[in-house]
Amino acid sequence: MLDYNSIAAICEAAKQKQTTISALVLSDQAEQMEIPEEKLYERMKKSLHVMQEAVKEGKNPDIRSTSGLTGGDAAKVESYAHTGGITGKFLNHAMARAVAVSEYNAAMGKIVASPTAGSCGILPGTVVSMLEEGRCDEHAAVMALFTAGAIGMVIAAKASIAGAQGGCQAECGSASAMAAAALVELAGGTPAQAAHACAMAIKNQLGLVCDPVAGLVEIPCIKRNVSGIAIAFTSADMALAGVESKIPVDECILAMRQVGDMLPCTLKETSQAGLAATPTGILLKKQVFGEI
Amino acid sequence: MNVFDIIGPVMIGPSSSHTAGAVRLGRVAWKILEEKTVRADISLSGSFAQTYRGHGTDKALVAGIMGMHSDDERIRRSLALADEEGLVYSFKALDIRDAHPNTARIHLKGENGAECTVQGASIGGGNILVSEINGMEVSFTGQYNTLMVLHYDKPGTIAAVTNFMAYSGTNIGNFRLSRPKKGGEAVMTIEVDQDVDESLIQSLRILPNVINVILIRAI
Repeated sequence: MLDYNSIAAICEAAKQKQTTISALVLSDQAEQMEIPEEKLYERMKKSLHVMQEAVKEGKNPDIRSTSGLTGGDAAKVESYAHTGGITGKFLNHAMARAVAVSEYNAAMGKIVASPTAGSCGILPGTVVSMLEEGRCDEHAAVMALFTAGAIGMVIAAKASIAGAQGGCQAECGSASAMAAAALVELAGGTPAQAAHACAMAIKNQLGLVCDPVAGLVEIPCIKRNVSGIAIAFTSADMALAGVESKIPVDECILAMRQVGDMLPCTLKETSQAGLAATPTGILLKKQVFGEI
Repeated sequence: MNVFDIIGPVMIGPSSSHTAGAVRLGRVAWKILEEKTVRADISLSGSFAQTYRGHGTDKALVAGIMGMHSDDERIRRSLALADEEGLVYSFKALDIRDAHPNTARIHLKGENGAECTVQGASIGGGNILVSEINGMEVSFTGQYNTLMVLHYDKPGTIAAVTNFMAYSGTNIGNFRLSRPKKGGEAVMTIEVDQDVDESLIQSLRILPNVINVILIRAI
């Protein structure tokens, strides 16, 4: 059985068995949970379908969050994406998916917390994009979610996936690292390349604070899901190009933990500093809670 | 922890702690009342009290009290559904000393006069910790099938209950006894690894000194 304490160990096990991280993790989880592989696969497929449904629903231009602070931006990005924008159609459509799922979450839509609700747009923005843009088939997309899950398990064990504990680096940072590894596998890269992509994604979001306006999962969470996918895609492409992270991935995770521990509580989901404490942040909070 | 703790839960947004966890807390109270709720008075402490409207915590708690799961699309409309079904609810802020920041105390009245009070916290990622039921200290997460055995504090009662469980092949993962007063009403909170079938519950219910047995299935 695998212990989910080291990404290097998981990659090594996959290499030894000449298999992918996802296949290794699926068979291990079946053993640990005492549930047949097919059932776990079906359950993960359902999660993928929830993500796809959220992408579709979230693009509705009329969608608004419960607080009224956010909504409707996914529709804007989606219609702009057809032009190709600056970065091309693929990335712009992926951005629209990330915004769509995050906005749908804020509007009390059904999502898959992956790893959290605040970062729920990142795996749809990446893995669902690969599927819907014809870069992989459904089976590969479902399997990629097992790879992402394994990375998340190690981060949860060695650092944290909660904003209140580790800041946004623990939520969007983790989601982005999970997505980067999943993307490498989807593109046919090796487990070692997946680990390097994962490391690069973590390094790029180290120190990211959790400072939600009015304490709500909206501002800046929704837009950080977009930067999360951009970092996942670029980290995956870097790794596939053969670029290696000089700092091994497991050490990056420990650094994330150390940085998270050192962040003051005011920057860990308490809305006492950062964007939440800006004049506009405070004004929006008063608006939401009917104080003006 | 397994892979679905990371890729999951499937839930209604926006917040695993303020929405999904809140549904689960409400659901525990619903389970304990065991009849249709006609009135729910909910006190919120800490962060719950401050941000409950924006996060839909109010809708989530009421949805749970109506028996919904945290991925039920009706959560969004739960307050309107409560009105339709004649469920009266109220929310107020309450400073509960030393409580977790996301704590709710739920008092329910049922259509046949039953009442219960459940206090618990949403501790992150949709997980909960129930800390008090009808004034008695408990501690369970709802991640395992949990048996609540309300009984009179008399010799041999715990042995009788656990013996029956042993015969049925049910393994106890965690056991806690709360006894506010010697010889009075007490509660066993028993988390088990297996599924619990109805016949075991019926057998436990007719044991001497057992007042009631409630099963809260893993949520």
